[in-house]
Amino acid sequence: MKDISEIRSDFPILGRKVYGKALVYFDNGATTQKPQCVIDAVNEILTQKNGNIHRGVHYLSDMASEAYENARQKVASFINASKKEEIVFTSGTTGSINALAFSFGEKYVKEGDEIIVSHLEHHANIVPWQMLCERKGALLKVIPVNQSGELLLDEYYRLLSPRTRIVAVTQASNALGTVTPLREIIDAAHAVNVPVLVDGAQGIQHGIVDVRQLDCDFYAFSGHKIYGPTGIGVLYGKENLLNDLPPYQGGGDMVEKVTFEKTTYNQLPFKFEAGTMNYAGAAGLGTALDYVSSLGREDIALREKELLRYATQKLSSTDRVRIFGNSSNKISTISFLIEGIHQYDTGMVLDKMGIAVRTGTHCAQPVMDFYGIEGTVRASMCFYNTFDEIDALVAGIEQVKKMF
Amino acid sequence: MTISEVQDKIIDDFSLFDDWMDKYNLLIEMGKDVPPIDPRYKVKDYLIEGCQSKVWLRPEFDGKSITFTADSDAIITKGIVSLLIKVMSGRTPREIISTELYFIDRIGLRQNLSPTRSNGLLSMVRQMKLYAMAYDAKQKQN
Repeated sequence: MKDISEIRSDFPILGRKVYGKALVYFDNGATTQKPQCVIDAVNEILTQKNGNIHRGVHYLSDMASEAYENARQKVASFINASKKEEIVFTSGTTGSINALAFSFGEKYVKEGDEIIVSHLEHHANIVPWQMLCERKGALLKVIPVNQSGELLLDEYYRLLSPRTRIVAVTQASNALGTVTPLREIIDAAHAVNVPVLVDGAQGIQHGIVDVRQLDCDFYAFSGHKIYGPTGIGVLYGKENLLNDLPPYQGGGDMVEKVTFEKTTYNQLPFKFEAGTMNYAGAAGLGTALDYVSSLGREDIALREKELLRYATQKLSSTDRVRIFGNSSNKISTISFLIEGIHQYDTGMVLDKMGIAVRTGTHCAQPVMDFYGIEGTVRASMCFYNTFDEIDALVAGIEQVKKMF
Repeated sequence: MTISEVQDKIIDDFSLFDDWMDKYNLLIEMGKDVPPIDPRYKVKDYLIEGCQSKVWLRPEFDGKSITFTADSDAIITKGIVSLLIKVMSGRTPREIISTELYFIDRIGLRQNLSPTRSNGLLSMVRQMKLYAMAYDAKQKQN
């Protein structure tokens, strides 16, 4: 892997100061910073190749369409999809899950049916399913967790029933960092012919994702959490499953033939891509995936494991700090509280020291409710973070303890 | 003191400090001056909820002016509440409605006022003004 200072110099923002202090960016779970090559890729579309995709007869439209479709191929290769038609671009993970919940729900979910999610889900993988349940009179079932923040598989096996229509589960908890046992979850669902959606928003940037090996039916992720631009995301689906689903939005480009009597729909993936898509964002995402591949996904995973190990050791030996989520299998995210100090106070003071963390419920209120807390401080790290930055966080915590 | 004088005094107090930690220490100290809300009013009706910290705010109107009592579970937020109360409490509804809160900007808390910032400062100001409007309307009826 490249030297850490070389890696950091790929990300212009990491060199900036905030409030006169060196930036320590530990909010990668919310969004990651962008390497120069991604910024350049978006810039290139906007300055050299901007034309609406799939429509024009002209040069620029061709250039933009080519960049967009190249990006689709890159995504397909990155997650090892069988073909690029299985890659639907969306606005992000939230957009992907909402699209699937609507489309799948219209086709397959009826009154009394059941949908399984887990207690670790981000609101984005709860609310769209709840809305579907309300529309259809279906029931949401929840895989419970233990004190370490791990899913209880035995309980999950019991939840699977003849009424289960789909299992929607996260690859890793955004609030605690827990990596979920996808292999077991998917195998058990498939044994009773239930498809599985994996919310990969917190998974794909931390290691290798192979959707064919995983055999998940749907996989959703966001561009901006894997060093790409905001406003672009992916919904992967197995071709036969996507083919059977109805479109979730109508508009231009998703149609084959339109008359006022009847409209027939375009083929995959276009039937799910109504209107002008974020082609500049897609090009940026494609470049981001190239960048990640060039660093090496195994190396990234190793480095992040080291950061997690160091941070866990440091924080757990810091007086009055309690870590939430103690699974042995975690992404490089640590949620914690300083005893007797509100997470917001901690976050406000750390911020002014140049340390960016997230505080609050992390859009995962059920996880907070489980621990009976109002929120946590979350440090979410990635490969460009350093051991020195972890030391800075610990020093920041000591400062916070002095102030309150 | 007029509302403007109170605001100017706060700006003066904060102008002594350049360092954010000192400003926060001052806010933490000021938080201790918040007139405590009677625990039985720390209920949902008086809760201003952001996703970051909780604030309970209760108005009392004596027919002339509004007195506010408050609390928060976060100490810096409580300090911010104390500033608002210094400025707004004990004023007539008309005064509260027409007050322009320029001190927030001047002491560098502007970022805490943006609508997406969920610590509830904006909601607190809005809630104070809503109470004032309600009492003002009631007074006109009588």
